[in-house]
Amino acid sequence: MNSERPVQQYFSPYTFNGGTVLAVAGEDFSVIAADTRLSQGFAIHTRDSSKDVQTLCGKTNSTVLGCAGFHGDCLTLTKLITARLQMYEHEHGSKMSCPAIAQMLSTVLYYRRFFPYYTYNILAGLDNEGKGCVFSFDPVGSYERETYRAGGSASALLQPLLDNQIGFKNQQGATEVPLTKDKAVFLVKDVFTAAAERDIYTGDAVIISVITKDGVTEEAFPLRRD
Amino acid sequence: MAAIGGTVAQEHCGGFSFENCKRNAILEKMGAKMPTARKTGTTICGIVFKDGVILGADTRATEDTIVADKNCSKIHYIAPNIYCCGAGTAADTEYVTNLISSHIQLHSLSTGRQARIVTALRMLKQLLFRYKGYISAALVLGGVDLNGPTLHTVYPHGSTDKLPYVTMGSGSLAAMSVFESHYKPDMELEDAKKLVRDAIAAGIFNDLGSGSNIDLCVITKEGTQYLRPYDVANEKGVRQGKYLYKRGTTAILTKDVKPIVMEVTETRVEAMEM
Amino acid sequence: MAAMNVPGFQDQLWGNGPSPGAVYNFPGIQMVLKLLSKFHQQRELCKYPTTTGTSVLGIKFDGGVLMAADTLGSYGSLARFREVSRLTAVGNNTVVGGSGDYADFQYLKSVLEQKVIDDACLNDGHGYTPKSIYSWLTRVMYYRRTRFDPLWNQVVVGGVHNGESFLGCVDKIGIAFEAPTISTGFGAYLAQPILRDALEKNPSMPLDQARQVITRCLQVLFYRDARSLNKSKKHLHGVSRVISRVMKNVLVKWNRQVTQQTLETEDSVPAGQQC
Repeated sequence: MNSERPVQQYFSPYTFNGGTVLAVAGEDFSVIAADTRLSQGFAIHTRDSSKDVQTLCGKTNSTVLGCAGFHGDCLTLTKLITARLQMYEHEHGSKMSCPAIAQMLSTVLYYRRFFPYYTYNILAGLDNEGKGCVFSFDPVGSYERETYRAGGSASALLQPLLDNQIGFKNQQGATEVPLTKDKAVFLVKDVFTAAAERDIYTGDAVIISVITKDGVTEEAFPLRRD
Repeated sequence: MAAIGGTVAQEHCGGFSFENCKRNAILEKMGAKMPTARKTGTTICGIVFKDGVILGADTRATEDTIVADKNCSKIHYIAPNIYCCGAGTAADTEYVTNLISSHIQLHSLSTGRQARIVTALRMLKQLLFRYKGYISAALVLGGVDLNGPTLHTVYPHGSTDKLPYVTMGSGSLAAMSVFESHYKPDMELEDAKKLVRDAIAAGIFNDLGSGSNIDLCVITKEGTQYLRPYDVANEKGVRQGKYLYKRGTTAILTKDVKPIVMEVTETRVEAMEM
Repeated sequence: MAAMNVPGFQDQLWGNGPSPGAVYNFPGIQMVLKLLSKFHQQRELCKYPTTTGTSVLGIKFDGGVLMAADTLGSYGSLARFREVSRLTAVGNNTVVGGSGDYADFQYLKSVLEQKVIDDACLNDGHGYTPKSIYSWLTRVMYYRRTRFDPLWNQVVVGGVHNGESFLGCVDKIGIAFEAPTISTGFGAYLAQPILRDALEKNPSMPLDQARQVITRCLQVLFYRDARSLNKSKKHLHGVSRVISRVMKNVLVKWNRQVTQQTLETEDSVPAGQQC
């Protein structure tokens, strides 16, 4: 707070652009969703940044990558992954499977261990047996296969709710019914509605991608805009 | 009072306690994180119109990136003819306006006259100046007194302004963009209300620190109208699922019944002779 | 890679990137090694802007894009250059506007001009589109930030290609986005609310209205942004044409901001006698 000195603008290669990503794996499907608000500080850059969820090509179907954090790294990473998948396809004549993409993404992230991509990645698709799969990553490449996961700015708000509603955690005597596609979608809508209430970086709209053996369907759902 | 190690609490005679300031400063230097205060992260504004003053505010309070209060009240009462919008640390705006409000009431009782805006203004700026900006309250003070409608801003360090239209808080630029392009002197009541609404709405939608509803306070010679909310800028999203739990979902881990031992005493009451 | 002697065609997909098919050749390894050696040399890698421009505004209207920026080059708080152009046409369907460091913007401008010439020399019937310029800029800006040698700008790209309008923005660390309204610098706080509101009320506004809105934004910016000027340049993209016009001084009403005692009298005064 030394106001009499001229202000020196130091360069920081990172900022946080907000955004929340969420993915759920079912028996023969997976659902991945991300909000479309791109913000910095207290300002909204755009209300329609639908490129936060990138559809990547998969083996017989598709894999979708959700990316939140520093938007410059998100763009670069998705661009790189898409190029690498294309190269793989040209070389091997087949598409990469979701678990393989996850492994590749991990290596790509760890490669930048000491100047990391500041991104929270969640990958959703179908595994080699056609079962829904979700992989979550930390910014430097540690990853894990999970059945449901929230990442990005409202992740701490959403994860406990998912634990309760999908994982049936902390519920005595609850019957663990397998998750249906419809329930997964409306649950995703509800938790994003809740996140938009309390997290300033989540809002405007959420794009929900449902991945089945027939391909990817995309749906947009409006959220609060304040 | 013998204080061993300075642990015995002293009795205060008004003002702040600075007991642990030095210690906290040292701890902070050593890398300890101090707790963050709740900020209003606000859009507040006010305009002078034909018959008086209109103050406006959003209703979001934030703690870092989390919305702490979705419908907080940022237009504070000072006197029946004076109100004050507050931005900054929520506690500071609350207590500063409360304190000045009580001073103003005492002052007005002892003089037997209606409170003046300049009196409140001077009390506020002198208080804030004394605390060198550590009381982080940025205020919009408005009201109507014998000098007519008046509008002021007070900055945390104690400087003040007197203007026909003012904004404060993190959404102040968004709100000001509306005023700068649409404000006219001597506006009619309904036009003026709409303009303040639009200014606050600009803050709500373009500034992440502001949100939820729009509160207005219209002060005229005839009286004060506190409109809360004046407008709900954002409808809350409707949930599609039901999240009710069956009785017994929460596990009871241990159960232990302890009887309360009571001593039964016998008393005989005899009727008095009338 | 043979037969790649066409001028302007680089035989690698991108600099230091993997050659096609080589999965295990990690991209950008040269770059990171260079970066690390830079760290070892303890070179001063940060910098700061010197002569700067303030906001650039852009809005999509029915049939095109309208962009505007004032003509002031500030040197700190000194209004140093009063006649700089911060909007530049690239090819015949794109305009690039820059706020931030003016020297960096001029560098970008010269590189873009050369690219357009090189591309014209190929004479292959293809040209740059607004989107391709934008895409190229995202990579340049991100690459420079990764080298800790950023171009200190926020660049706005606007244009029309095949009847489709485009408006995008890239900043000094590679954050890039497309939006129907864009304002950089101070305009992000002061002009963006006005632009968004206008577009929300009228999603396919005619040119006239877009021009009115932009003028109002420039006016508000001149009132409140101390690094702005009441003289600006506008770029208008109709279908496959770029028209540039230097605007007259934005009409300014100063005396409305005095105290309420003087509110009764209000007449407009064009401020600034210069030019």
